[in-house]
Amino acid sequence: MTDVIIAGIGQTEVGEHWDISLRDLAYAAIREAIRDSGRLRPQALYVGNMLAPNLSNQAHLGVLLADHCGLTGIEAVTVEAAGASGGAALRQGYIAVKSGMVDAVLVVGVEKFTDQVGAGVDSALATTTDSDFEAIQGITAAGQAALIAKRYIYENKVPANGFAGFALTAHANGAGNPNAMFRKAIKPEAYAKADMVSDPLNMFDIAPVADGAAALILTRADLLPHDYHHPLVKIAGSASSVDTLALHDRHDPLGFVAARVAVEQALQKAGITLEQVDFFEYHDAFSIYAALALETAGFAARGEGWKLAADGSIAPKGRIPCATMGGLKARGFPGGAAGVYQAVEAATQLRGGAGRCQVAGAKTGMIESLGGPASTAVVHILRTD
Amino acid sequence: MEIPRHWRLKKQRYGLVGEVCPHCDYKIFPPRDVCPNCGDEAKDLFTFSGKGQVYSFTTIYEAPTGYDSSAPYTVALVKLDEGPIITAQLTDVEGSSVEIGMPVEMVTRKMRDDGDERGILVYSYKFRPSLLVPQAHHPAG
Ligand SMILES: [Zn+2]
Repeated sequence: MTDVIIAGIGQTEVGEHWDISLRDLAYAAIREAIRDSGRLRPQALYVGNMLAPNLSNQAHLGVLLADHCGLTGIEAVTVEAAGASGGAALRQGYIAVKSGMVDAVLVVGVEKFTDQVGAGVDSALATTTDSDFEAIQGITAAGQAALIAKRYIYENKVPANGFAGFALTAHANGAGNPNAMFRKAIKPEAYAKADMVSDPLNMFDIAPVADGAAALILTRADLLPHDYHHPLVKIAGSASSVDTLALHDRHDPLGFVAARVAVEQALQKAGITLEQVDFFEYHDAFSIYAALALETAGFAARGEGWKLAADGSIAPKGRIPCATMGGLKARGFPGGAAGVYQAVEAATQLRGGAGRCQVAGAKTGMIESLGGPASTAVVHILRTD
Repeated sequence: MEIPRHWRLKKQRYGLVGEVCPHCDYKIFPPRDVCPNCGDEAKDLFTFSGKGQVYSFTTIYEAPTGYDSSAPYTVALVKLDEGPIITAQLTDVEGSSVEIGMPVEMVTRKMRDDGDERGILVYSYKFRPSLLVPQAHHPAG
């Protein structure tokens, strides 16, 4: 079978880019990815974006970005799956190359949150829930995560500050990532004193939404430029699954079934076991989602995912390093770009270029992109020889 | 803004009208015409009692447009006595401590101000601490 190679990677710093438009943000990442690939020219563009129609009154991003980047004539569409848009766009690109339908694909994730402020951002985010039966009740994305966290704490007797390890690990790792929004480690006391946003989640349990763009060039190994000089990073497995849209429609709101299914299928397609995964980039939009990601992937038993953060298992030298370049919490959560950032960061790790964030000897990475409370889950396994 | 949508949903919002599956008797809210339990068609209307228990809850301090004037407010997952879980605001809980397992009952209240020139008010179900069975207190699900 044909191996799909991540030939080029590009990203912008994540942050509040008041002075940069959505299209320019995307172009910065795209330019870098194309250059990094040895100037491969893509025939198709998949855009991962979550909220541009709400935040920026801009739809039709496929053509907008192809046009702005001098790529008119190619095929281009937007892929939307809420917070999993980036992972979903990557999967569409993977399928296109893997099938032989397209030789080289450009995947870009982009989000421009700072076109809105305050309640407008919460309103836009709430559109990713069930509008008729969740958003109407005034629920927010953070509120939804809080409902899960409250029940999780109740069922599993999690102590006060039991989730602190997720934010502490993320911020410690983000300190070594020049593209991270936050590059400063935090102390346990800071977590314990933080303001409540949606009880029981405080501001450190919630990844900050921000602007950012990340891009990938995918191609087949035999189409790489002759002078291609990066270690080859291939996509060894790819899978996606959806659950109910509304959290309340699930028999088990703590089950994250779609995440479990997507991990199982991606591992199976890659032909590896969980023990072979050297690091895991989870979707820590909320610390409770990181705990459930660890459990549903199989790294922890049900109700015990939080313990891996508390005991150092997810630290860079731990059993399963997570959020190795800061995760959504410290690198920042640029909506539909988040899943593409995960791929860029995992490829960086596998090339051995992660600097202070480097996971020693990493050969296999797993990335998981979630939309809502694992309403959509997209998982990719990246490997290098 | 969105007047047809609010009108279309009024049976659910004011009356908690869902469905019951004629094949397996599963109670469905909100209505979806396909039974999530057996996968068969389920179109028979069923009016829920409006009684249930708090399955989980949270207080929202940073609210979306249209809700920010009423923040902070409490939103819960309420497990209805007939089975389904729904997302709903709790009301009349100021100063009292909400707990998982607390019995609650449905009331109809103003939900949000649509911030447009028509000034449409949206009403919907909310849940308040149950007045009828104050002693019944056991954990949900
Ligand atoms: Zn049925």
